[in-house]
Order: sequence, then structure tokens, then C-alpha cells
Amino acid sequence: MNGKPETLAVGQLTERKDAWWLEPLLTVVVLVSFGIYALYVALVNRNYEWGPYLSPFYSPYIQASWWPFSPAFLVLWVPLGFRATCYYYRKAYYRAFFWDPPACAVSELRKSYSGERKFPFVLNNLHRFFWYLSVIVVAFLAYDAIKAFFWQDGFHVGVGTLVMVANVVLLGYYTFSCHAFRHLAGGCMDCMSQNKTRYGLWKWISHQNERHALWAWVSMFGVALTDVYIRLVATGHLTDLRIF
Amino acid sequence: MSTVQFKVFRGDKSGGALQEYPVEAQEGMVVLDAIHQIQAKHAPDLACRWNCKAGKCGSCGAEVNGKPKLMCMTRLDELDISQPVTVRPMRTFPVIRDLATDVSWNYEVNKRITPFSPPPNTDWRMQQEDVDRVQEFRKCIECFLCQNVCHVLREHDEKTGFIGPRFLVRVASLEMHPLDTANRLPMLKDAGGIGYCNITKCCTEVCPEEIHITDNAIIPLKERVVDEYYDPILAFFRRLFGTKKRPVSGAGGQAADD
Repeated sequence: MNGKPETLAVGQLTERKDAWWLEPLLTVVVLVSFGIYALYVALVNRNYEWGPYLSPFYSPYIQASWWPFSPAFLVLWVPLGFRATCYYYRKAYYRAFFWDPPACAVSELRKSYSGERKFPFVLNNLHRFFWYLSVIVVAFLAYDAIKAFFWQDGFHVGVGTLVMVANVVLLGYYTFSCHAFRHLAGGCMDCMSQNKTRYGLWKWISHQNERHALWAWVSMFGVALTDVYIRLVATGHLTDLRIF
Repeated sequence: MSTVQFKVFRGDKSGGALQEYPVEAQEGMVVLDAIHQIQAKHAPDLACRWNCKAGKCGSCGAEVNGKPKLMCMTRLDELDISQPVTVRPMRTFPVIRDLATDVSWNYEVNKRITPFSPPPNTDWRMQQEDVDRVQEFRKCIECFLCQNVCHVLREHDEKTGFIGPRFLVRVASLEMHPLDTANRLPMLKDAGGIGYCNITKCCTEVCPEEIHITDNAIIPLKERVVDEYYDPILAFFRRLFGTKKRPVSGAGGQAADD
């Protein structure tokens, strides 16, 4: 015996009395639902644009003659990689899908564990490279949102325009509150006073970073809802209201 | 005044069991008060550590209803007292007796960390913005609740290859110090085992000082390890401009304990 107190009966995961299982359960439901929806949108390869509106799943729109599949697949690996290596989502999926652990002070099911030291999870160290690529994708989405103001008959604002602007703002907050960006902007310095600009940027990112989890979820819902809106308009199930 | 049933672990390293005691609950009572009442009325030999009763000494860490807590900071009105309240010793460390555990492993880990290493003839004046980050880490009271809840130590007993969140915070406080010259990144990557941490944030959730252990200490350290070992672009620029990695140990300055 190693002297550690035996605290749990056989088969018992924890003595916690609260609903610790709720958070991982919701995470699984939401992430699996979003994954299935994203796969459907990418595979269906139609109804992703209407007027000046373009679904975020297809932006930037890449038409390549050598690519036999949906153009969405040429883009989606970037946000997928960015979110899969994101420090917040790592917490969420390690808890929900791998039970490493499912919640604090709750026992795990598997006994072997190597953390992020071995393949495939060591690849999470590449998060900053996905961040670089995500900045490019967000720039294209911002371009799409600006384009959504310019119709064939001139400058107008539709509900879809506002939806696309809201989507890119939420994605911007998520992308620019990233831990890797926080590090690159100023966190890597030991003497903040030597570069006031980087220090100021680091402070702003740190402030946003406190809500990184919120931006992660809200921006993900934003992408899905933007696509749903454009898809409903494109299929004629919804009429896009012109505000201006 | 109502009576609350408490189930308290009684035993030592060879084993033990929960024993039930009635406690007369009073307004504002904390779990440590209940333990003291049990000692006074029912079990004078019940072992438990405590000192300040104000959440500052870090002595009275235990598991209350399965959650790592400081007993002195856990009020009975936060708990469901219609059911018996369970109090056990911290699970990650060997039991000495009852609620007292042997946390000496932590002090051995601390010795493995290169201490604060300023350069020779240091000018000790520092700007506030240079030490803001480090000051958060100095709030640590070494209650070791973060070490207790960390699943790498708690579930996998990885006490040889991983130093745990408390000491990742200590390394962060040294690595981010504007006057420190030592490089602890090789230790972090290998003997420190920062790769074991999968940032599930339980250490942050239990910290009674509300230190943002994961966001402000562990993730920035992980990014520094990425700078050094996993970023081929930075490595290319280092080679191009002849920038050398930082020295592995103190740069010849007078080493001082922080």
C-alpha cells in the first residue's frame, strides 16, 4: 500500500454530490451536433450563397479544377485545426470525450496516460500555426461581410448582412483572444516595460482572453447560425429583410 | 440549531474507514469548526492540520463531499446538510493519520527547480508592469489543493516525471521575472513533464487564492516550450540571425532563493 487513502468503493467514480456529469455531457452533445452539421454542409455542396451572401463554411471560396470534392473541404481544415488545438477546446474535449478527467476529482476510466507528450496530442503544440492560418480565414470572412453590403443595385443592408458582420466580429474576438497570440504579442517578453506597444497589446489580449471560452462557443454557434440563415434564404424558406 | 451528520475518515497509511459524528450546526459555521467540535465532543484523538482559520496558511486542505477544499473556507450553508457531509484527507498524498497527509514530496520537487538567478551587479529597480504577472503567482499559500486535484498526480501517480501545477506556477514566477537569467525550459519539457498537463483547469478551479494557474502560468510556459522546441520558423530565424538559445542554467550570477 502506498499510504494514499482509499476513498472510493469499487465502481464509484467520485464522492461529489453535484451534477458534475452535466458539463461533459453538454459538450459532447454540442460538439457532435456541430460536427455532424458541418459535415452535412460541406458534403451537400449547394445553397451556400445567395446574392452577396456567402456561407462561412465555404469562405474563402476556392474553385479548383483538380479538386473533385466540395470546396468547403479546402477551407474547413483550418478552423478545425485551430479549434482542435485551441487551449480552451482542449480542456473541453479532454474532459468530455477522453475523460482525462471528466470533471475535477472524478476518477478516470483508462489507466494509461501520456498527456500531450506523444502523438497525436503532441501536435497540439502546433496551435500557433493554425492561428496564423485562421487570421487569413477571418480576413476573408471580413471581406465577405463587407461585400454583403454591396448588391447589384447598390449599397444595402439586409438582415443577412448584419448576420455576416456579427459572425466575423465573434470570430474576431475568438481568434484574437487566443492564448498563442497573447504569447506572441507580448507574453514571451520578460521585460514588458521595454516595449510599451507590445505590453499594451498583451494587456488588451489578456483582458479578452479571460472570456476566451465564451468566444469559443459563441463564435461556433455564430458560424452555424450564419450558414443556417443563408441556407434558408437560398432555398426560399426565408425572405431576407432589407433594412436599408 | 440543527444537527448535521459528518462522516470523517479515521485511519492511517495501513487503512481506515469513515466514522459518523453528529455536529450541532451554528450560523456561519465552517467545516473546520465542525471538525473542532468533533474533536471537543467525540474524538479528541482526531488528527487534522490547521493554523490560521482564515484561508491564508494553507494547512487545512481536505476533500469535503469529494471536492478538494480548505476546510476553514467551506461554510456549512454551501453544503447540502440534509445528507451526511463527508470529510476525507487529500487523496493524492499518503495519509499520516485521519485528515493529516504527508505532503513532503512537494518540498522535494521544489528543490529540483533552479532558484532565482539574477545577473552579476544587478540593478534591483524594476517597473511595475514587469512584475505584475509574477505578483499574482506570489499569492500562492502552498495548500497543495492544486497538486491534489491534478489528475496526473491524483489518478496516475506520476510523481517522478511531473512537478505539478504548484511548481509550474513557481517556475512561471521565475521564468517571467525581469531579472532572472536562468533557463528552466529543458527541465520543464523533460524532468518537469509539462507535456503531461492537458490543461483541464482543475488546478485553477480549486485554487483558494484564485490564481489563474492554467491561463497565466501553465499555458504561457507551454508556449515558451513551443518557442524552444516545436516552432521551426522561430528556429529558422534563430539560425539565420545567430540568436542563441538562452543558457541552460544560471548565467553565472549570484543564485538566490526567492
